[in-house]
Amino acid sequence: MADPSAAHAQPGHPADPSKRDFLQLVAGAGAVIGAGAIAWSLVDSMNPSKDVLALSSVEVDLAPIPEGQGITVVWQGKPIFVRHRTTAEVKEAEDTPLSALIDPQTDQARVKAGHAIWIVVIGICTHLGCVPLGNKPSDPRGEYGGWFCPCHGSQYDVSGRVRHGPAPLNLALPPYAFESDSKIKIG
Amino acid sequence: MAGLTKSDFKNPVVNWIDTRLPIFTMLQKEYGVFPTPRNFNYLWNFGALAMVNLVIMIATGIFLAMNYQPNTLLAFDSVQRIMRDVNFGWLIRYVHQNGASMFFIVTYIHIFRGMYYGSYKAPRELLWMLGVVILLLMMATAFMGYVLPWGQMSYWGATVITNLFSAFPWIGPKIVTLLWGGFAVDQPTLNRFFSLHYLLPFVLVGVIFLHIAALHITGSNNPLGIDVKTPQDTLPFHPYYTIKDSVGICVYLIVFAIFVFFYPNMLGDPNNFIPANPLQTPADIVPEWYFLPYYAILRSVPNKLLGVCLMFASILVLLVLPWLDTSRVRSARFRPIYRQLIWLWVLAVVLLGVCGANKPEGIWVVLSRVATLYYFLHFLVILPLLGKIERPLPLPESISRAVTGKGGGPLPTGAAATMEKP
Repeated sequence: MADPSAAHAQPGHPADPSKRDFLQLVAGAGAVIGAGAIAWSLVDSMNPSKDVLALSSVEVDLAPIPEGQGITVVWQGKPIFVRHRTTAEVKEAEDTPLSALIDPQTDQARVKAGHAIWIVVIGICTHLGCVPLGNKPSDPRGEYGGWFCPCHGSQYDVSGRVRHGPAPLNLALPPYAFESDSKIKIG
Repeated sequence: MAGLTKSDFKNPVVNWIDTRLPIFTMLQKEYGVFPTPRNFNYLWNFGALAMVNLVIMIATGIFLAMNYQPNTLLAFDSVQRIMRDVNFGWLIRYVHQNGASMFFIVTYIHIFRGMYYGSYKAPRELLWMLGVVILLLMMATAFMGYVLPWGQMSYWGATVITNLFSAFPWIGPKIVTLLWGGFAVDQPTLNRFFSLHYLLPFVLVGVIFLHIAALHITGSNNPLGIDVKTPQDTLPFHPYYTIKDSVGICVYLIVFAIFVFFYPNMLGDPNNFIPANPLQTPADIVPEWYFLPYYAILRSVPNKLLGVCLMFASILVLLVLPWLDTSRVRSARFRPIYRQLIWLWVLAVVLLGVCGANKPEGIWVVLSRVATLYYFLHFLVILPLLGKIERPLPLPESISRAVTGKGGGPLPTGAAATMEKP
């Protein structure tokens, strides 16, 4: 930036170019900062508003969910699968070798310690955003007994890990915690 | 034959575009070297200020529309949500709400400038008439915008204003039903007002484009009201008037910011914090301040149809102002009598505004009748006669002689500048 003291070095000298440059820079920068601040307030108004953020957590009572079935709850406008796995399903998920997986991840890393019968995943196929089937026992669950996406045939196991493409990744995990043995808080 | 434009711009990219679409040459001609009278005072800022104001209104309006619900059950709450929950929603709405008032302040001063300095006279009659169309569009837009928050004043303002049309015999009630899309102001009315409130600003942009195009044909008027005769009478628009306008914009933004941040509801009506109730009219119902003079004219006449006609006439009379004023001298500076009477007219308008804000009883009825009478007397009697009677002061020989006190004078730096900038 131009040195302001230099700009005043020759008062009354109309052709001092450094003074003009300084004024032009300061005025221009001031206008740009002002316009930017206003533009930001307009753009930020498109971000989630406070009433949307207030819906950022949801509590789920696990007691009514029978073994072998899942429910779908809505969190931040997204479907969340909460599934009560049978002990056989848990064992199968834990015993699956990582080498058999497209997106290798252990089952233990996908459930909360001590609550392995509960799997909680975001029910959005990682391919193109459809909601896979499989929460109800009557739904098609695919070859691996988890979820089956009707859009392009992706298959997930009971841990929500992708076992058959075209989906590239496992079903994402929402942030959640157990408030008691029969209640979780998502978000 | 069609062909590429010759461009003087050195920058190859600019030159390439300019030869195919000469927007840079056009900008340079209309806003760069555009010869502008050298004696503008700050009243000549207000056209540019109105432009800035329109841009602010459209920008904030677009973002408000992203969160507004044009539904009678949701509208009021959606505005409250904007104020409380949407990021910077309070700022965007207060800027939009007070921006309407700022727009009218700026535009009214702009109109006064035109009247004081005779900017409506030949050859600028069409320019002036386009300005009156802009005013009418602005008023329609502002009225429909005021309905959208669906408060008590919104609802009853909409009811009263649309009912104005019922004054016309036979066809009136049919027009009103058509405007409402029903038998009272209701959901269809709100929905269409939202649609039109979004549309009209862009119509405004179009008419303003014509307004400015016409201005750039005739050139600007100036405080002396005499024609530009030589290049010594002018300055290039840039940098002289871009800088002068910038100073005005800074002051304007300061005033705007004081309203938005310190007195955001000063010009609003407390009744609009109450959701619309079709079964109860507020005790004292008044329009927004910028409509008060017309409202006072409406109420000053005991006959319904005549009152409505006079109210519309109060604006439409401006359309024929160039022909009502028979004086050939433009600027009030050289019209000793007009110079005083124009202030009497301003006083009448302000008085009408005060009358409009008060209940129509006692002294206010008398005052609003006197002011209404004078308002029309000014246009229909005084201006036509004054041009014949008044003896104008001698006009200066040229703008530059009046400004510099000597003939001609040197060309100001840059006046003859060629397009050698990038």
